Amino acid sequence: MLRRIVPILIVIVVVAGGAAAALAWRPAIDPVRRPAAASFDPALVKRGGELAAIGNCTTCHTAPGGRAFAGGLGVITPFGAIYSTNITPDEQTGIGAWSEDAFRRALRQGVDRAGRHLYPAFPYEHFTLVSDFDIKALYAFLMTREAVAATTPANKLPFPLTLRPLLAGWKLLFLRTGPYRIDGNQNTEWNSGAYLANGLAHCGACHTPRNALGAEGKDRAFAGGDAEGWTAYALDANSPAPMPWNAAALAFYLHNGWQRDHGVARGPMSEVTENLSTVPASDVQAIATYMASVAGSPPDRRRSKKTGNADDRMPGAAIYAAACATCHDAGRPPPYGGIDLALSTGPSGPNARNVSDVILWGLPAQDEQRRPIMPGFAGTLNDRQLADLLAYVRARFSDKPAWTDVDKDIREARAGGSRIYPAPSPPSAPALEEARQ
Amino acid sequence: MKLNVNGRDHDVDAEPDTPLLYVLRDHLELNGAKFGCGLGQCGACTVMVDDEAVFSCLAPILLLDGRRVTTVEGLGSADNPNPLQKAFIDEQAAQCGYCIAGMIMRAQALLKRNPSPSREEIRAALQPNLCRCGTHMRILRAVERAAGRRTAEVTGGAR
Amino acid sequence: MSAHLTRRSVLAGTGALVVSFPSVGRLLAQAPQGGASNLPGSLEKYPFLDSWVRIDADGGVTVFTGKAELGQGIKTALLQVAAEELDVPFAAVKLVTADTARTANEGFTAGSHSMQDSGVAIMHAAAQARAILIAEAARRLGVAADQIKTEAGVARAPDGRTLRYGELVSDQFLHVEAQPQSPLKDPKSFTIVGRPQQRIDIPAKVSGGEAYVQDLRLPGMVHARMVRPPSYGATLVSVDTAETEKMPGVVKVVRDGNFLAVVARREYQAIKAMRKLSAAAHWQEQARLPNQADVAQTILGLPARDVPNLDRRQPNVAAAKKLEATYTRPYQMHASIGPSCAVARRDGDQITVWTHTQGVFPDRDAIAGMLRVPKENVRCIHVEGSGCYGHNGADDAAGDAAVIAQAMPGTPVRVQWMREQEHAWEPYGPAMVSKVSAALDQAGTIVDWNYELWSNTHSMRPGGPGALLAAQSLAQPFPPPEPKPLPLPEGGGDRNAIPIYRLPSARVLYHFIPDMPLRISALRALGAYLNIFSIESFMDELAAAAGADPVEFRLRHLDDARAREVVSTAAERFGWSSFRRGAGRGRGFAFARYKNLAAYCALAAEVEVAPETGRARLVRAVAAVDSGQAVNPNGIANQTEGAILQSASWTLYESVTFDDTRITSVDWSTYPILRFDAVPDSIEVHVIDRPGQPFLGSGEAGQGPAAAAVANAVADATGHRFRDLPLTRRRIKQALGV
Repeated sequence: MLRRIVPILIVIVVVAGGAAAALAWRPAIDPVRRPAAASFDPALVKRGGELAAIGNCTTCHTAPGGRAFAGGLGVITPFGAIYSTNITPDEQTGIGAWSEDAFRRALRQGVDRAGRHLYPAFPYEHFTLVSDFDIKALYAFLMTREAVAATTPANKLPFPLTLRPLLAGWKLLFLRTGPYRIDGNQNTEWNSGAYLANGLAHCGACHTPRNALGAEGKDRAFAGGDAEGWTAYALDANSPAPMPWNAAALAFYLHNGWQRDHGVARGPMSEVTENLSTVPASDVQAIATYMASVAGSPPDRRRSKKTGNADDRMPGAAIYAAACATCHDAGRPPPYGGIDLALSTGPSGPNARNVSDVILWGLPAQDEQRRPIMPGFAGTLNDRQLADLLAYVRARFSDKPAWTDVDKDIREARAGGSRIYPAPSPPSAPALEEARQ
Repeated sequence: MKLNVNGRDHDVDAEPDTPLLYVLRDHLELNGAKFGCGLGQCGACTVMVDDEAVFSCLAPILLLDGRRVTTVEGLGSADNPNPLQKAFIDEQAAQCGYCIAGMIMRAQALLKRNPSPSREEIRAALQPNLCRCGTHMRILRAVERAAGRRTAEVTGGAR
Repeated sequence: MSAHLTRRSVLAGTGALVVSFPSVGRLLAQAPQGGASNLPGSLEKYPFLDSWVRIDADGGVTVFTGKAELGQGIKTALLQVAAEELDVPFAAVKLVTADTARTANEGFTAGSHSMQDSGVAIMHAAAQARAILIAEAARRLGVAADQIKTEAGVARAPDGRTLRYGELVSDQFLHVEAQPQSPLKDPKSFTIVGRPQQRIDIPAKVSGGEAYVQDLRLPGMVHARMVRPPSYGATLVSVDTAETEKMPGVVKVVRDGNFLAVVARREYQAIKAMRKLSAAAHWQEQARLPNQADVAQTILGLPARDVPNLDRRQPNVAAAKKLEATYTRPYQMHASIGPSCAVARRDGDQITVWTHTQGVFPDRDAIAGMLRVPKENVRCIHVEGSGCYGHNGADDAAGDAAVIAQAMPGTPVRVQWMREQEHAWEPYGPAMVSKVSAALDQAGTIVDWNYELWSNTHSMRPGGPGALLAAQSLAQPFPPPEPKPLPLPEGGGDRNAIPIYRLPSARVLYHFIPDMPLRISALRALGAYLNIFSIESFMDELAAAAGADPVEFRLRHLDDARAREVVSTAAERFGWSSFRRGAGRGRGFAFARYKNLAAYCALAAEVEVAPETGRARLVRAVAAVDSGQAVNPNGIANQTEGAILQSASWTLYESVTFDDTRITSVDWSTYPILRFDAVPDSIEVHVIDRPGQPFLGSGEAGQGPAAAAVANAVADATGHRFRDLPLTRRRIKQALGV
């Protein structure tokens, strides 16, 4: 019996494997000579730059301290670390030899020029929505960047995840190739916003929870997720924000990185708003209009400032009064000075991670630009004091029940170190030859 | 309240919400930590708590029970400076000097956890501290000197 | 040598040479001696040797200066000069700095004048004192004066007999007027001057020694905090002080008109009380500030009066090419790292103020005027603060402390300004506009030059009491002083407006603007920062139009040999002719002689501009400085490095921000300055020593050239010329496009 089954099984496996391999196989697209920068229409390049800002390309494709778009940033996933590639027009190590077709395929189908499947750390299930024109503009923009020779570090993934053909299976399950289809029931601005938010801006990549295979839950769009150890709040009806968001507030926040009734963008979001501040207001307004509709109409409750039930005898109360209140209760208008914590989403969030991060590492002074500075308290507070402070902040500034598993949040926040947002500007090569040694 | 500063226990008659900076200066009469902003933006108040650099202007003493506070006075004296202080003297790394005690404490904390920092690491570590006079180059050289490294740059002087 | 007796009383001791200034409380009008008009430096006003040098019976030497240590290392430099000329060990000399009761009135420690005024006086006084000691030794030892050698405080005869200086002195020994000529030492024999002597103040500063006015603790001292208005000219309508007065440790609330302060036993108690008092105060605001986005236009629209600097315009010049450009500078801050502080104590009818003002005598006069008491009743003693870079809040803090101390006899009162108060209330460096036009001939030489600038005064001192914030806010206030332009050749807004280059036809005109929309006064280099920025940027623009190398173009127009040498040195040490432009990199050059009569400074800079963000960073700077006789070359290098970095910070990042009514740049988040992530990879300063030459003030010489060198390097890196300061990344990015 076995002697008949085993060969059949082998045939099935080989045929299935062969079929899978055939399914997974993609042809290489021929390399091209790097197109001359002058061959691109400046207006197209400009629009491409704006789209790249909306897509936050530089944030992933630039390593801390590295050159713009030269890749090398390790994206930590539950499966391991995946390094962003060099998308400067360097012919050897970047995409300088890619034709526009190759570029389009990468965005739409997640396949590189050589035919290899890309890991969805590159969120092509969003980028697949991008229109032909916008892809053209992005290509023009990237091809006119400064070429940098930089080899992408090898990914740190366990076998068998290193087998790229397996990604074909992932795509079969989770990738619906684009481009964006207009919703006839909505107006132009909404559609434009939906196109941008779900496409290039890939908001759901952080703000949507993921399943065990690392794909966004299709029916849980914007129900909340995380990014690099920061909690990305729910943007739908489950939004924990004390003051409901509307389109105007969102537009201001996305463009400026802060908003009077909501606080200041921190963590990875500060890089997003930094990029969006360079983008035409109409694009930001469109995204805000769409996201406001995702949030839904605000619930009836209008939060008043002190509905929390904090007890002044809580140990955290004295800590807050002594270490935090001088800035946070000073009433200085945002974005400078300590924000009014009653308006911040942090204390109302699903866990203590974001608030822990900010308390421990602060908002470091960066790059000689006007931006809020907050000192970190990692050296001043021990874990017990931080837990007390978190409990007080939660009780005083939100109407939600106490956080659970605060110790884990504190542990992870401490271990995460001070990832600085936005990433510090790259240091230049040493001026003196001797200093290179 | 009891406070351990530079290896000695002190009984301090200050309200628990008093930031460490004012206890050091006003009660213990130590000059090293300075008032620069009181906002955690300039680092002139930097001291070490256990082995971490901390803004003393925003560290209320109620948090410091059982912790070890170290100021420049605890590192060495004018006649007997520790290697880092000596490096600052040797490099003449001061103009008005107001920021220097804070720089030294921030650098001392760095050297404790990383005895051989690169120039980039020193810069990143000193980022929270401001110098308005423009003594930065000498401060970097002083830290490198204390870490046992001479740099290629020329120091000042007539040529 | 004849000794003049004066009516001034003489201090202390048998066998001690004393300073010729009376102690506090006993003196008549302090008219400095006039008449001897060819004495060098401050000797002219204070010709008695013992105004500067005192030798005790035990051989200890005390030197007196009317200048103040600002962190520029002047104490050490003056000690070097004195020790050298007197032939005593450096460690044997003590220095007494600016004190209205003990030292000469040398005005302000400002304008890079300290070596030229005080250094020169001390140098000559010490040399002449040594000559007197030698003469006395010769007399006692029965040998000719030219046989006496001095070394380490000892006079020695050829046969080996010695007399220590302490043995030689007697009462009034140095109370003699200085001669016009001094037996100065040959610079070739210097053992102290010209050496990088370690600064005497640094060891205390790295180890927590008492070093600053902020460290002063007097018995019974109380802590005060000011409550300042939210904007200029606001009126205190009402304040309920009851709650504040009940707070722990509060001793007193002081209110006089719009002057409001709280005093407490402990410092943090004072801070908490200040916050409560501030919340309880209601102000009526009235300030109308200009549109921040449009300050240049505002400046140009204000009434002005002409101060001609130079007018030798030729009518018919053979112009092949003409260029013109407009440059602007915003309001910028001193932003001293330590907010201003002062301690004052009233004893009977005497008030003593310990202050980090640059000018104890003018500040004393202003305070006495404000308190409506005779000047003799007020004593101001300089104690170091953090770097001031000009007229910051120090004088005002002294005024605040004096007002409060006046109300609390016998109690030392310490006033410490908060960071936000220093940022909002210090007098800024004025916003300026300049317009340059010039013509080149066929050979690429400048044949015509026209320069106009618009600016407020750059100094509101001395201004009498009305210059003090406290005096302006009292119930019986003093009006702010009338702004006046500082006279040439040093100038204020027009400092360095006249180029040092050879210009056959030139006109320079200063449009002096009396109206001051924001509070302003002297900031390091004064008008020279914008003027040199403009001139040196424009020289690059002209060089480009002439198809010439920027360094060669400057040399083409420079006759002064010392100027040519700093230019060549900086260029050569930078590697100017072999420079290879890396990606995003550029080089820039600039040169100026500060005030056209102080130190020479040339600077070559390499800058990097990140195209994606527009961020510019100074990567490397190489400077050459000629300060005449270099007393402490390391000190000159230190000051020049500092000027370069500070100027780079001003040039790339800094501008005061404000809305309709209030200053909004009130801390380091809203007024960011250079941090370590932007510090260059290297700065080299080559000090060209000129032994025997007069001292040339150097503390501000780097400010203007650094600005222009950076701007020229950015232009080289990006192909775009930026004329509006600061060169923020937003401006650069906008010009670069995508």
